[in-house]
Amino acid sequence: MTATLLIARRELGTYLRSMNGYIIAALLLLVDGLLFNIFAIGGEEKLSAQVLAQFFFYTSGLTMIASVFLSMRLVAEERQTGTLVLLTSSPVGDGQIVLGKFLSGLTFLAMVLALTLFMPLLVLVNGKIAPGHLVAGYLGLLLLGSAAMAIGTLGSALARTQVLAAIVSACMVTGMVVAWMLVRVTERPFNDVFASLAIHGKHFIPFQEGSIHLRDVVYYLVVTMVALYAAVRVMEVRRWR
Amino acid sequence: MIQVKGLSKYYGEHAAIRDLTFEITRGEVIGFLGLNGAGKSTTLKILGCVLLPTSGEVKVDGIDTALAPEEVRRRIGFLPDTPPLYDDMTVGRFLGFVARLRGVPPAEVAARVAEAEEKTGLRPEDDELVGNLSHGYRQRVGVAQALVHKPKLLILDEPTSGLDPKQIVEMRATIRGLRGDHTILVSSHILSEISQTCDRLLIIQEGEIVDQGSEEDLAARLSGSHAVTIEVDVTGPPDPALTVLGQVAGVTGASLLARGPGISTLQVLSATDVRGAVARALVMAGVELVRIDRAAGRLENIFLQLTQGKAQSMTSGQERAQ
Repeated sequence: MTATLLIARRELGTYLRSMNGYIIAALLLLVDGLLFNIFAIGGEEKLSAQVLAQFFFYTSGLTMIASVFLSMRLVAEERQTGTLVLLTSSPVGDGQIVLGKFLSGLTFLAMVLALTLFMPLLVLVNGKIAPGHLVAGYLGLLLLGSAAMAIGTLGSALARTQVLAAIVSACMVTGMVVAWMLVRVTERPFNDVFASLAIHGKHFIPFQEGSIHLRDVVYYLVVTMVALYAAVRVMEVRRWR
Repeated sequence: MIQVKGLSKYYGEHAAIRDLTFEITRGEVIGFLGLNGAGKSTTLKILGCVLLPTSGEVKVDGIDTALAPEEVRRRIGFLPDTPPLYDDMTVGRFLGFVARLRGVPPAEVAARVAEAEEKTGLRPEDDELVGNLSHGYRQRVGVAQALVHKPKLLILDEPTSGLDPKQIVEMRATIRGLRGDHTILVSSHILSEISQTCDRLLIIQEGEIVDQGSEEDLAARLSGSHAVTIEVDVTGPPDPALTVLGQVAGVTGASLLARGPGISTLQVLSATDVRGAVARALVMAGVELVRIDRAAGRLENIFLQLTQGKAQSMTSGQERAQ
C-alpha cells in the first residue's frame, strides 16, 4: 500500500506542477459555469431542485470528458518518455502501479469537482437546496468520474501515445454513453443489456435527482474495478514484449 | 550472484537472444559487450525483471526471477539505456522517491540519498530540477537511482552512451568507485570502457554468447600468442628491422602493419612477452626504436574476431599493411 500511495502522491504532484492539469480544470470550470448560467439558472423559472439536477447533468458530461483527458497521460506518457521502467524495475506490483496512478487522477478530479461547489451554492441566494441532494449529486459525479478514470487508465495502459490513449478511452466511454441511447430504440432483452452497460442515464439520473441507490453505487464500483483489473493485465502482458 | 540457464527471447520468429547460459559471481564487475542489436539490452531487461523471457531460467542471489520477481527487484539496481528520470522533480526529491519505492525505511532515506549523491558527484545538484541537468548529469542521476537502495546487483545498460570524453572518464571513475559494494554488470559497445572498467567480458553476438573471460583469456584463446606493436624510424624499407625481429628468440612471426613517412609500424607475435628482448635486439642492430607496446587496439581485435570472425580481422590487418 505504501508504494501505491507513493506513486499516487508523485502523480498528483505532476498534475499540480504541470500546465495540463490546470488547463483541463480551467476548461471544465469555464464550460460548466457557462452551461450553469445559460441552461440551469437561465431560461424559464425552475425549482431549486431542478436547477441542481440540471447542474449535475451538465457537470456529469464534463466529468467524463475531463476524466479521459486527465487519465490519458497516466501510463502512456511514462511509456513514451521511457520512465515507466523506473516503476517496473522496482519491487512494486503492476496492480500497485495502476492503482497509484488511478488514485492520483481521481484525487485531482475530486479537487476540480470541489471547485464547482460554488455553483450549487449560488442557488441558495434565491432558493433552497437539500444537503442530501448535494451529497447524492457529488457522490454520483465522483463515482461516474471514478469509472471513466478507470476506463481512461485502461486506455492509457493499452496505447503507445497519449493521443492514442485519449482516443481509445473516449471511444470506450462514448460507447457506454451511447448504450443508454440504444435502450430507447431496442426491445427486451437487448434494451436491458444496453441499460446495464450504460455509464450514464440509468445509473446516473438517480444521483442527479438526489437519490442514492445501492445498485448504482455497485455498478460504478464494478466498472471501476473491471477496468483497473484489465489495465493491470495489460501491464502484465506488456512485460512479455 | 547471477545464474542464467538456456535463456531465450523471441519476438515472433525473430530470436533477440538464444539459449544464453552464464554465471556471475558476487563482487565481479562484468562487461557485457556486443554490437548494436546483439541482444544486450534484451538480456539486461530480463535480468532486471522488466521483461519476461520466452524460455530459460534466471536466478539472482539464488532467487528465481519468474517465481519471485519483486524479491529479485529489491536486490537489483537497473539503469536502462535511457535513464528513467522525472524532469519535474529535484534530484534530491527524485532519489528520495526512488529510495522509498524500493523499500528504504523513511528514517534512512535522507542518508541513502546523500550517499548516492556523494558516490555519483551529485551533491551540489541536490536542489536542481532533473529537467535542467546536462546529459552527463542526467546519466549520473540514472546511476544514482540505480544504487540508492544499496542493491547487491547493479545493471548498467550503456552508462556512457552519448557522453563527451570528459564525462566518459568521470563515469568510468564513478563505476570503478562502486566496485566492492556491488556486483556490477555493464553493457557497452565502447570497447575501451569495458576494457578499463571490468574484470571479465561476456561477448554477445546475434543473441548468443560467443565467448567469455578476461581480456587476457580471450586474447590467448584466440591467437595463442602475445602481440607487440613496434614503431621504428627508418629511412629506407623496414626489411632489416623485420629480419632482426624474426631472429629474436620466442618470436613466432613479424609483419609490417603500416609504412609511413619515416616511421613504420611493425607487429610481432610470440608465445611469451618478448618486449624487452625485441627492444634490445633492435637497438643492438642500430634500428631507431620510437615506440614499443602491447598491440594497440588489442581489445578491438578480440571483439572483431569474436563477433565478425577471425578472417575479417586478418584481412583488415593485411589491408592496413598494404
